[in-house]
Amino acid sequence: MDQLYGYFLYGLSLLTFGGIYAMLTLGLNIQLGFTGLFNAGIAGFFVVGAYVSAILSTAESERHLGGFDWPIPASLVAAMLVSAVIGWAVARISIRLRADYLAIATLGIAEILRLTFKNETDLTNGARGVSYIPKPYENMPEPWNQILMAAVVLAIVAVLYFLLERARKSPWGRVMSAIRENEGSARAAGKDVDRLRVQAFVVGAAMMGLGGGMMAHYLKFIDPNAADPTTATFLVFVMLIVGGSGNNKGAILGAILMWTIWSATEIFTSMLPGDLAIRSAYVRVFLIGLMLQIMLQKFPDGLLPEKRLQSSDSR
Amino acid sequence: MIDFINFYLIPGIVLGSIYALGAIGITLTFGILRFANFAHGEMMTLGAYLTLTMMWLTGWHPLVLLPVAMVLLALVAVGVDQVFYRPFRNSPAVVVVIASFGLMLMIRSVTQFSWGAQLQAFVPGIQRPTIFFDVLRLQPKHIIIITSAIVLMGIVHYLLTHTRIGKAMRAMSDSPELARLTGIDTELVIKATWILGAATAAAAGVFLAFDSHVSTMMGFQILLPTFAAAIVGGIGRPYGAMAGGLLIGITEELSSYPWIGDVPLLSPGYKAGVSFAIMVAVLIWRPSGLFRGRVF
Amino acid sequence: MTVLELDNVTGGYGETEILHGISLKVDPGEIVVIIGPNGAGKSTAMKSVFGLLNLHGGRVMLDDEDITNTPPEKVVRKGVCYVPQTGNIFPNLSVHENLEMGAYVRRDDFSGRLDDIYQIFPPLVEKRNQPAGTLSGGQRQMVAMGKALMLEPKILLLDEPSAGLSPKYRGEIFKVVRDINEAGTPILMVEQNAKQALGIADRGYILVDGQNRLDDTGKKLLANKEVAEMFLGGGSVPAKKTAARKTKPKARAKARGKSKQ
Repeated sequence: MDQLYGYFLYGLSLLTFGGIYAMLTLGLNIQLGFTGLFNAGIAGFFVVGAYVSAILSTAESERHLGGFDWPIPASLVAAMLVSAVIGWAVARISIRLRADYLAIATLGIAEILRLTFKNETDLTNGARGVSYIPKPYENMPEPWNQILMAAVVLAIVAVLYFLLERARKSPWGRVMSAIRENEGSARAAGKDVDRLRVQAFVVGAAMMGLGGGMMAHYLKFIDPNAADPTTATFLVFVMLIVGGSGNNKGAILGAILMWTIWSATEIFTSMLPGDLAIRSAYVRVFLIGLMLQIMLQKFPDGLLPEKRLQSSDSR
Repeated sequence: MIDFINFYLIPGIVLGSIYALGAIGITLTFGILRFANFAHGEMMTLGAYLTLTMMWLTGWHPLVLLPVAMVLLALVAVGVDQVFYRPFRNSPAVVVVIASFGLMLMIRSVTQFSWGAQLQAFVPGIQRPTIFFDVLRLQPKHIIIITSAIVLMGIVHYLLTHTRIGKAMRAMSDSPELARLTGIDTELVIKATWILGAATAAAAGVFLAFDSHVSTMMGFQILLPTFAAAIVGGIGRPYGAMAGGLLIGITEELSSYPWIGDVPLLSPGYKAGVSFAIMVAVLIWRPSGLFRGRVF
Repeated sequence: MTVLELDNVTGGYGETEILHGISLKVDPGEIVVIIGPNGAGKSTAMKSVFGLLNLHGGRVMLDDEDITNTPPEKVVRKGVCYVPQTGNIFPNLSVHENLEMGAYVRRDDFSGRLDDIYQIFPPLVEKRNQPAGTLSGGQRQMVAMGKALMLEPKILLLDEPSAGLSPKYRGEIFKVVRDINEAGTPILMVEQNAKQALGIADRGYILVDGQNRLDDTGKKLLANKEVAEMFLGGGSVPAKKTAARKTKPKARAKARGKSKQ
């Protein structure tokens, strides 16, 4: 029975983490999947959201800026707004760059953001991070706190999914896919392509900020390592590619599925003795990379391929 | 003034030489295979570890072992290309770049698995600098790095301008379509590109390790400045990459010089941001780079 | 014996069919010109020789050898050289290196051939170490042709060699084409400047909508009433028109390139 209860709690944590990652994959999907914007700086927006929400909601501390004691929902909204503003600034500068350049530029921005959080010790407590971040429902008895946390995350994902599907089928979404398919003719049709792209980038960045904020509250702790590109950027790419770039359902499925694989393999490797456990942790990263390769080579459309809107709809 | 040279300019030139070597490979793959190779940093790392292992086995100087490491890394690069990049020859750049993400993770995890994540050093302890004219401090390793980098860049220049395959590489960087119509064996050129890129990456990795230490993240940590060097120099322009590397390396070091008052102009913690700022400026105002490279 | 023959070729890019059955041939020593209105498939017909499009039917024969759908890098090795209308030089390679690249598939000593090329195109001698991209339009065309001639091809394919050139250079290019031909190389050429091209051609083909419309000797086509109405108009006006039209897309492409940055 105890074991079953353990599995249950573990399942909840998978759903919660997977759900938070789904916010990132949905955000990336609107940028890369719908609009073709190659944002390799997911970690940057993620970490901005995490810090903003953490600092606004924590009690006063000598170690970092704080003491605002905002309620969690308000600080999450602020996290989204700040990420969106940074996303807007980034997009204004780099939106017209070709895909690879955009990837390099956004990777660099994420790195600068990470450096800022690490170096501005007065604001963020530097490398030691911000702790005692409030968590939703943390005063409820177990397992209700975990259940409610997972429920909140999944409810947010569901709302995002609903809104994104509405957006995708709206005239706005159709213009977006027209831009991705044929930028030249969209321009010729008088669409302000750059402005629409900036919009998509900003919306995606806000969702990544939201994901970051949720992660900070869930873990109750945030430090600059959260901006590690492996887990905060490249893993998100793998999730989206596995799930199906351009498909919102695929983005959610990819996030939960890949997080489950990522997490389950950790259980396996941690059972190995000593040094082997540490080393086999690297094997997980290898498998993630290999999985990305296999998907790209054999199943480039992912598990749930994009359902393309009829091109006649886009006019 | 002499402190400026000893502690800022010379380290800047050393760092710049390393970036320059790394950027040669980036700019060649960008120009010829048309994608930004995010796995290039891991190639540098792998080059350093291969050399370190051979040092353990033979006890020889890293500079002697560098050519062997170059050959080994070139074999790795050509093999990796056949398995992981060749299927994407006709794919859009986005797909190939994502594929290079996957490869980056794979190579890095192999390195971490094989050598562990802790720092290693080529030469234990601190080297005593050689003092010239009573004031000019030059560490022997710095002299070695700078001269070797100059020699290597000379070799790259010779290969690109005086050999049939080197000229074909430049031709394909100019126009892959015309290269094909001209009968140039594009797959052979691609192999040559990987070989040259891997050899210079090995050198960059070994010199970086020689200058500081060996770690599994060392290559990724200099990936951004290396990209910046390639972009600043102009994509597809190996000489631009060399100049861009030096420019970025020197600016990074000089950014923390106390130009105004006694405090560093920029906190050294932000050094890595400098290369990025230069790159963004170039992308906005002169996207073809300082040496009129290709704009995609 | 025929050097090159297209036999009822159909095909296009991907699914779209552009050529609906084209037949033409080039005999030894001939200059053959393809003319026709825009979109008639002139350049496409030429590209079909070079394995640059998907042939659905018909055959391409080179010296009695079937080269249908052979990829370009192999067609070159069989002795066919093709000078595309645009992007026909390596702009960052020097003039000399461009010529050397032309001989890429040759493994023998081609220094003699290099001298020949400089003799055919004397203006290139003093520009030999300059990046080819810095040359004027006419000189670039010379580099492109010289590069193709390095292989001493069995046949030379030229796609609108006079496009975008000033009238002075245009005349020069047509003269060079004739010189090359007189030195023994058969030439198949697509041209917008129908009058001048037919003037130097042994024979001409007129394509309309991806099909053969007319073929005859250059002289007879020039005299043909239908041809005159379609392409020659009144004197040199159409030539100027096409020249203007040719420069425009380039300028547009340039502008687009800039805005992308």
